[in-house]
Amino acid sequence: MTATDTRRPPTSSDSPPPRGERAPRVLSFSHKLSRWDLKFSPYLYISPFFILFAIVGLFPIAFTAVISFQEWDLVRNSGTFVGFDQYIWILGQPQFWTALRNTFSIFLLSSVPQLILAIFIAAMLDRNIRAKTFWRMSVLLPFVMAPVAVALIFSNMFGDNHGLVNNVLTNIGLNPIPWHKDPFWSHIAIATMVNFRWTGYNALILLAAMQAVPREYYEAATVDGANAFRQFWSITLPSLRPTLIFVIITATIGGLQIFDEPRMFDNTGEGGPAQQWLTITLYLYNIGWGEFNFGRAAALAWILFIIILLIGLINLFITRRLVRDEGGRGEITPRRRKRVQR
Amino acid sequence: MTSLSSPPLAIIEEGIPNAKRRQRGDRTTKIRGMRAGTWVYIGLGVVIVSAIFPYYWSFLIGSGDASTINDPDMSWLPGGNFIANALSVVNDPAVNFWLALWNSIFSSTVIAASVVVFSTLAGWAFAKLRFRGRGWLLAFIVATLAVPTQLGVVPLYILFADLGWTGNIGAIIIPALTSAFGVFWMTQYLSQSVPDELIEAARVDGASMIRTFWTVGVVAARPAAAMLFLFTFVNAWNNFFWPFIVLDRQSPTLPVALSLLQSNYFVDYSIVLAGVLLATIPLLILFAFAGRQLVNGIMAGAVKG
Repeated sequence: MTATDTRRPPTSSDSPPPRGERAPRVLSFSHKLSRWDLKFSPYLYISPFFILFAIVGLFPIAFTAVISFQEWDLVRNSGTFVGFDQYIWILGQPQFWTALRNTFSIFLLSSVPQLILAIFIAAMLDRNIRAKTFWRMSVLLPFVMAPVAVALIFSNMFGDNHGLVNNVLTNIGLNPIPWHKDPFWSHIAIATMVNFRWTGYNALILLAAMQAVPREYYEAATVDGANAFRQFWSITLPSLRPTLIFVIITATIGGLQIFDEPRMFDNTGEGGPAQQWLTITLYLYNIGWGEFNFGRAAALAWILFIIILLIGLINLFITRRLVRDEGGRGEITPRRRKRVQR
Repeated sequence: MTSLSSPPLAIIEEGIPNAKRRQRGDRTTKIRGMRAGTWVYIGLGVVIVSAIFPYYWSFLIGSGDASTINDPDMSWLPGGNFIANALSVVNDPAVNFWLALWNSIFSSTVIAASVVVFSTLAGWAFAKLRFRGRGWLLAFIVATLAVPTQLGVVPLYILFADLGWTGNIGAIIIPALTSAFGVFWMTQYLSQSVPDELIEAARVDGASMIRTFWTVGVVAARPAAAMLFLFTFVNAWNNFFWPFIVLDRQSPTLPVALSLLQSNYFVDYSIVLAGVLLATIPLLILFAFAGRQLVNGIMAGAVKG
């Protein structure tokens, strides 16, 4: 790039100056234009993103912080400063702590089994199978269905009285499960919806990472007499670490924001009569657009953000350690290669 | 660096697919060993049955009537009422199905197109141009990926209520016109798929920055742009939280309309699940045509980003 910026565009019509008489300070207009072009074009290209982002991204975030310190009056459309009162109010609500517990519970119940399943599905897809595209597309099929639609179908299957799951359970002589009464079982039901939609998606991401593992590792392991399970455990899994961490981080950010599935789990959308499946975002919605208390909703939004940041930092800490562990192996995964480039 | 005599831009354009083919070739020459045994097909079969089953279940219930769900020995074959149930969804004045369908198509298309355009522009600048502040601006974009939607909804709602735009489809389009993920994605893709020599060659030829972008960047970005479009489209189509807040019954998107189906005190699941299928059909059609690209997109994004 740098070599080209001083070059005069051949399209310029003026004749080249004679040798020795060059006056470097006097630039032709087209040359100047070309320099401005080089200098300002990058900013021009990124400006639409940043201008829009400032309006619909940055401004609302800052304004949420302002509102969270206010008692917002909907009629006057302005607020009065109350300091940390809204935060204190939120943290004093038992519903908040229930919602926090539920959010983490649903998150763990959805992410852990999902990751394990996704790894195994990816390992199967990584084999030398026929009709690769068909299998990959089928695995992704649940992803195209809206979470609201998934939630409606599964809420029906997990019905307390006539749901499919309870019918099957009673048919084989077991007790029906109180899906909409017991917090734990409601979390299982909601986590199942999340797992249904995301397992295949994550399997494809992990599959891509598996295919980046050099074949020679497996060949060497075969020569050394390692069986398939041993190869999976000692070669595939360690190579997946960076991708796994990426998947875990995105799952955390998304999982802690869960709203659609718990909202649709019954027809009131309140998170259950005893807050069995009330999540933080559902609570935020109920405060903001059920009670129309924007100050408290804004404070809760910031609390949620801080929780996500904390979990993200913990993730980052673990990431660093795991990647360092991997250093002894001497291999460079695509992700690490990229990190080096940055 | 190419010779000083200027090659036509067509050669430069040709250079891109070649460069990419070479990369792709490297990857596919690795022969995946380990022939799949029967158990792999059985395992994948189970996975696919569980992926399809909820679709089948909603067709089963959606093609029955209100009593099907309460029938302890119901048939596992669909009934004949799907059209009737679908019609009662479409004709339900509380749901506004056709308007919801139009709103979903319109908003998702506009959002996806806009995200692709702005992301390609910004991604090109971040991947291939040198400018002051590039590093920390890109780091800033990556950092915003961790910011939850919830953090902006209260002021956005106040803003749109002020403008009188609540209930208006514009209120869900405008906040989604750009995407930090999109910029990050295009940056990753373009920095790996376009060799710097190509840009130098175009510049030596006297191509302006915008012409270089157009003839080199856009051409190279096309596959990634298609994937980003699909991905953004599906996500915009399925988005619920913000549309649910800002839209109302008169002019919903499909997920909001679906939520209205269930909000009655008495829920007739045969109609709800017929509606669920009806609302999913457009995406299933899209998936039939472009599912392969979506798969490739997710996998490409995984290796690179």
